[in-house]
Amino acid sequence: MKAHTLSVLVENKAGVLSRVSGLFSRRGFNIESLAVGTCEEPGTSRITIVCIGDDAQIEQVMKQLNKLIDVIKVSDITENERVERELALIKVSADPGSGRAEVMQLATIFRAQIIDVGTRTVTLSVAGDTEKIDALEKLLRQYGVKELIRTGKIAMLRGAKTVKSAK
Amino acid sequence: MKTGARILVEGLQREGVETIFGYPGGVVLPIYDELYDSSLRHILVRHEQAAAHAADGFARASGRVGVCLATSGPGACNLVTGIATAYMDSVPIVAITGQVPTSLLGNDAFQESDITGITLPITKHNYLVKRTEDLGHVLREAFYIAGTGRKGPVLIDLPKDVSTKPIEYEFPEAEPVTLRGYQPTIRGHAKQIDKAIELIFESERPLIYAGGGVISSDASAELLALVETLGIPVTTTLMGLGAVPCDHPLNLGMLGMHGTRSANYAVTESDLLIAIGARFDDRVTGKLDTFASQAKIIHIDIDPAEIGKNKKVDIPIVGDTKSVLQDMLVKIQKKKAYDMWLSRIRGWKEKHPLSYRRDGVLRPQFIVEQLSELLKGEGIIVSEVGQNQMWTAQYFCFRKPRTWITSGGLGTMGYGFPAAMGAHFARPDQVVFDIAGDGSFQMNIQELSTVATNNIPVKVAILNNRFLGMVRQWQELFHDRRYSFTELPPVDFVKVANAYGVDGIKVESVDDVVPALKAAIETDGPFVLDFRVEREENVFPMVPAGAAINEMIGGNYE
Ligand SMILES: Cc1ncc(C[n+]2csc(CCOP(=O)(O)OP(=O)(O)O)c2C)c(N)n1
Ligand SMILES: [Mg+2]
Repeated sequence: MKAHTLSVLVENKAGVLSRVSGLFSRRGFNIESLAVGTCEEPGTSRITIVCIGDDAQIEQVMKQLNKLIDVIKVSDITENERVERELALIKVSADPGSGRAEVMQLATIFRAQIIDVGTRTVTLSVAGDTEKIDALEKLLRQYGVKELIRTGKIAMLRGAKTVKSAK
Repeated sequence: MKTGARILVEGLQREGVETIFGYPGGVVLPIYDELYDSSLRHILVRHEQAAAHAADGFARASGRVGVCLATSGPGACNLVTGIATAYMDSVPIVAITGQVPTSLLGNDAFQESDITGITLPITKHNYLVKRTEDLGHVLREAFYIAGTGRKGPVLIDLPKDVSTKPIEYEFPEAEPVTLRGYQPTIRGHAKQIDKAIELIFESERPLIYAGGGVISSDASAELLALVETLGIPVTTTLMGLGAVPCDHPLNLGMLGMHGTRSANYAVTESDLLIAIGARFDDRVTGKLDTFASQAKIIHIDIDPAEIGKNKKVDIPIVGDTKSVLQDMLVKIQKKKAYDMWLSRIRGWKEKHPLSYRRDGVLRPQFIVEQLSELLKGEGIIVSEVGQNQMWTAQYFCFRKPRTWITSGGLGTMGYGFPAAMGAHFARPDQVVFDIAGDGSFQMNIQELSTVATNNIPVKVAILNNRFLGMVRQWQELFHDRRYSFTELPPVDFVKVANAYGVDGIKVESVDDVVPALKAAIETDGPFVLDFRVEREENVFPMVPAGAAINEMIGGNYE
C-alpha cells in the first residue's frame, strides 16, 4: 500500500466531480486528497487525486476512471519526475508576547507568508510539497492551531511531458 | 419550429426505434402529446419497473437498444431497479425521464427527484438536458454509448420546459459520434493474440469459459468455430447459455454455483482457462483462490477493467470478443489432439449428468425438460429469479444465442414477465415463455393487464412451490430448516389471470404437463400455467457459498 498521485483530465461538465468522487466511495477506494480546477484546454479540467492502495487496486481505480465517459485521460505520475505543490492556510494562536515572535520566525524559515494578523491570532499561507506543510503544521501545533485548510496536492510532470489526451 | 418533445420522438425514430415502453405523468405530458399521433409504438405498462425490464428484454432478444419512458420523481424512481438490472448485465437501454422545469431544479419541487444523481452508479452514462438545442445531439450520443463497447443503460433526464420549447432544428446528417473520453478498443492486440494461440498449443488441458459477452457481441458463431477448430471443451456462464448448442459434444454446460459437476471439475483440473466475455463473478468462481488454480488464464474482454479484477491473468486481450475470435481463427492453422483430457471430461459427463427424481411426483425440472422437448430449441425463454431460474438454466436445452433471457448480475425477481413482453416485440415470430416462480411473478403481476390489453402472447409457466424457494433452500441447508418468512400462501393464479382477461390452467399432475404446455403454445394470446410442483425440491448440484467449485453437494439421482 502506498500513496499514488493520479492526474486526471476530464470534460468540464456538470456532475463530473461527483462521477469521479462517487466512483471512489462506491468501489471502496480511499482518497487522500483531491484538487480540481480548469486547465489550459478550454472545456476541460484537471483533477489531481492522491489515493492509497496496492498496485492492483490502483490499476482498478485507473481502469474504472477511464470508463467514465467524461474522463479523457488518467495518468499515474507517482513514479515520474514531477513537481508538486499544495497550499495551506493556518491560523495560529499568537497572543502578543507568548510565542508570536517564534511563529513569525517559523514562517520565515518555511517561506510562509503572514496574510493576517489579529490581536490573538496570526494566519499563515504556505505553499510547498506535502512533507513541508506537514512539518510546519507539526511545529505550529505547540502554539495552538485554531484552524487549518489545505487545498490538496496538485502535481505536474517535469520537462516537456504533459498529461494530455492522445486524441 | 420543433419542440423538444418533437425532437425526441423524431430522434428516436431516426435511431430506428419502433417500440417504446412507458408510463405518463405531469412533466412528460408534452412527450405523450407527441406520441398521440406518432407512428412510434408506445406500450403502456402498469408499473415503470416493467417498462425498464421490457426495454431490457427487447434489447437482449434483438441486440438493439431498448427504450423506456417515465415521468419525473416516482416514475423515474420506479425505473431504478430495471436500470440497475440492465447495468449489471451490460444491456443497452436508453431510459428517458421527465424532470421538473429547469427553473425549479433543486427546489424540492413537486415530483422532483435527482434521477441523474440516483442513477449515477447504475448507468453507463447519464444526461440532464438543460437546453432544447442539445437534445438531438444528446440522443445520438446516448444511443451510441448504450450500444457500443461494453453495452449498458444510459439515462436522459428532460425538464419539462426543455421538451416544450420550440426551436429551429434540423437533425444533422448522421455522422459518427466522436467522444474524446470514450473510444472502446475493438480489435485485439495482434501480439497478444499470437501469445494466446501459443499458450493454447502448449496446454494439455485447455477449457473455454464463455460468458454473456459472447452473446452481446454476437460472437456465438465464432466461438463455436473456435471450439470446433481447436477441439477444446467449453463451459458457459448463466449469461452465456445458448452461445454453444447445449447438446454439442464439447459443451460441458454451465459452471459455477449450480453448474454441472463436469464443468466445475474441468475448471479445477484445467491447465489453461480461456475466459471469453466473462467476468469471474463470485457465483461462478466460488472460493477464488481455488478457482482454476492449476491453470494459466487468457482473458478476452471488451472492458479492460474486468481483466485482472478478480483473478490474475496471464494473457489479457482487450477487444470485442467477436473481432478477437475472428482474428484468432484466421491465425489458427493446426489442431492438437487433447485426447486424454477429452476422455477424462467424457467420463465426468457420463458419471455426473444433471438428474432429479423421476418418481411420478410433479417436479419443476420435468416441466422445463418437457418444454425444451416441445420447443426443440425454438422460442425465447425468459426466467424470473430463484430456483425457477436455475432449473431453467439446467434443464432447458438452449441452442441459439439470444433465446435465453435472465437477470444474472442483479438477480431481480419480477424481471422475467415484463422482459418477456419486451422480447416479444423484438421477435414477434417466436413463442416467448416466462418460466416463473410464484414469488417473482407476484412482483410484476400487474403486467397481466398489459399483455391482455395489447394481446402480447407471452406464456407464463409458474413453478408454483408456495415458497420463496431459493431462499427456503438455503434455510433448509444452512439454517436448520428454519423457514423464516419464506412460505407463501396459496394463490390461484388462474383466477388472477382470468380477472385480467388472460386464460390459464392449473396443473397438478405429471401427465397433464405436456397437454398444458401445448395448450399454452397453441393459444394465440397470453397464457398462464400454474404448475403446483413439489414444494421442497432443491436445486442441485450446489456449491455452498465460500466453498471451492469442485466441492459440490447433491444431485446424484440414478
Ligand atoms: C427483488 C428481489 N428481492 C429479493 C430477492 C432474494 N431472492 C432470491 S430468490 C428468492 C425467492 C424467489 O421465489 P420464487 O419467485 O417463488 O422462486 P423459486 O425460488 O421458488 O423458484 C428471493 C426472495 C431477489 N432476488 N430479488
Ligand atoms: Mg416459489
